[in-house]
Amino acid sequence: MTQIVPTDRPPDRPAQLLDDFTPSLMATGTHQLCPGCGEPVAVRALTEAIEALELTRRTMCVIGIGCYTAFSSAVDIEMLQALHGRAPSLATGLKRVRPEGIVFTLQGDGDMVNEGLQEVIHAAARGERVTCVLLNNGVFGETGGHMTATTVIGQRTKNTLEGRDPAAHGYPILLSDIIAGIQGSAFVGRGSVNSAGEVARLGRMFRRAFELQAAGAGFTFVEVLTMCPTGWFVEVQEGPDYLKDHLSPVHTIGVLKDVGHAVGA
Amino acid sequence: MEGAEAIAEAMVAAGCRFFAGYPMTPFTEVLEGMARLLPAVGGVCINAESELEAVGMAWGAAAGGVRAATGSVGQGLSLMQESLSEACNAQVPLVVLNMARGQGDYFQATRGGGHGDYRHIVLAPADITEAIRTVQLAFHLADEWRNPVTVLGDYYLAHVQEAVDPGPIDFGELPPKDWALDGASSGSGAAKVVSPLRGDGPAGSYGDHLARMGERVKAMERSVEPLVESGHTDGAELVVVAYGTPGRYVRYVVSRMRAAGVPVGFVRPINLWPFPYEAVARAAEGAAPWPCTSSTPGRCSTTCGSRCAACPCRSSVASATTAPGSASPPTSASRR
Repeated sequence: MTQIVPTDRPPDRPAQLLDDFTPSLMATGTHQLCPGCGEPVAVRALTEAIEALELTRRTMCVIGIGCYTAFSSAVDIEMLQALHGRAPSLATGLKRVRPEGIVFTLQGDGDMVNEGLQEVIHAAARGERVTCVLLNNGVFGETGGHMTATTVIGQRTKNTLEGRDPAAHGYPILLSDIIAGIQGSAFVGRGSVNSAGEVARLGRMFRRAFELQAAGAGFTFVEVLTMCPTGWFVEVQEGPDYLKDHLSPVHTIGVLKDVGHAVGA
Repeated sequence: MEGAEAIAEAMVAAGCRFFAGYPMTPFTEVLEGMARLLPAVGGVCINAESELEAVGMAWGAAAGGVRAATGSVGQGLSLMQESLSEACNAQVPLVVLNMARGQGDYFQATRGGGHGDYRHIVLAPADITEAIRTVQLAFHLADEWRNPVTVLGDYYLAHVQEAVDPGPIDFGELPPKDWALDGASSGSGAAKVVSPLRGDGPAGSYGDHLARMGERVKAMERSVEPLVESGHTDGAELVVVAYGTPGRYVRYVVSRMRAAGVPVGFVRPINLWPFPYEAVARAAEGAAPWPCTSSTPGRCSTTCGSRCAACPCRSSVASATTAPGSASPPTSASRR
């Protein structure tokens, strides 16, 4: 029955804190990532998806090398630290010997699309029942903001100060599109964290990916466009718009593949 | 059975339940053997798309608490070096086979092909019967020390046929793998971590972790049992030092020469790291050491010769001769 709170006199009892929305699997305030970084938002959406599906007690993360490596001590999930680019092969070995577990990789674009491109493609082709997660901000954040294979045309980075020029620096790789074209992949979604709506949509993608892994449907992949105002040389508050205006048009948001039902979720 | 097959059987007998590899002569048949044997015992064998991925998969499987192995030939191990180095600091028990194309890989195996202050325990069997025991010992040592162990074989070992019994050998009790990952500690407030950047416990300083790993290397040097075989060393004026397949030939030639009255003996190290310096020195006492290896003549200084500098038995080191009767193995230029 709905409680009607009278407003013609002081309340009978003090206000209560019902929820402070602190994510339960993430230690807050312990990472030293930059203000305006999108990665903590992405990791939170991921951990909330794991908890929503009640998979926590069998989940393991294979974490790559980048700014997000800090989460290996700030997220309460079993962590297997991999070398730069190598997470998909470690995840393969771990999942094959722990098939009842839920295994996901957490890698940046420099890690997965530069150093480790063949590993993720082979894991997808084999249909490994793992979820590879790409945190894509179009730069090598940790080492100072240089171009990666996903940097968009015109994007200013430490080694493309006039903006990425195809004649000199080639074109970005749209990894989700490639993975969607590989037969072994069961789910491919690309989301972002530049607005609350996108974060909610991302959460649904994570839940779907882990659901399909738990069902043994094949390789699942979630790419997340994240803000990196430091690496983009923009003000913190401009990060979300920069992402929306420059990255999203190239790395298009949406579910690119879902073996379970028609694309367009 | 053929050596490669016997090695595969020995690995399965030791409890290995994960293997990943990339085909390369003369390692390919070991991969084939594991692919045939593992599924029948509930294990997994993956034909990895590259050596980089093979060692990564074995690392992941070992982190899951299973006895895991990978292997290749020297050139393939070169590709794996970043992982083979870091797996030591990650305290991952891994067995690595090098079915080498000669003895030039001694340098890679014992002098460090990778970065950082790491060491692998290195074992070099001379024949198939010894390989069966050595491979199983490798899994035991890897689990005991939580460190990779390299088994240095070669083309002859892989392709010679002998009548052998690859049954399981018990090397003793080992503690349970409490550190291994299975997801159960996620969400508990103390989720387990397997990482080359830190130890198993709460995140401490990287420097402290490296210092502890350095202490572990010293402990391995002190405590890993030195394995050698020696013969005809009493009254020998020349002692031939050789490992692996050449060691097998040397053992035979020395016994024939002794029968003809030549004062020659041999000592064959089976551990290449930690190297059994005292045992070799004792065997060669009073005699001149003569290193013998199937490496390029003149390159022997990277084997026993140069390290014997710190050994009390060193007097003069002669240049190497190739083992008598040996045909040259495939060159590194023909990678198949």
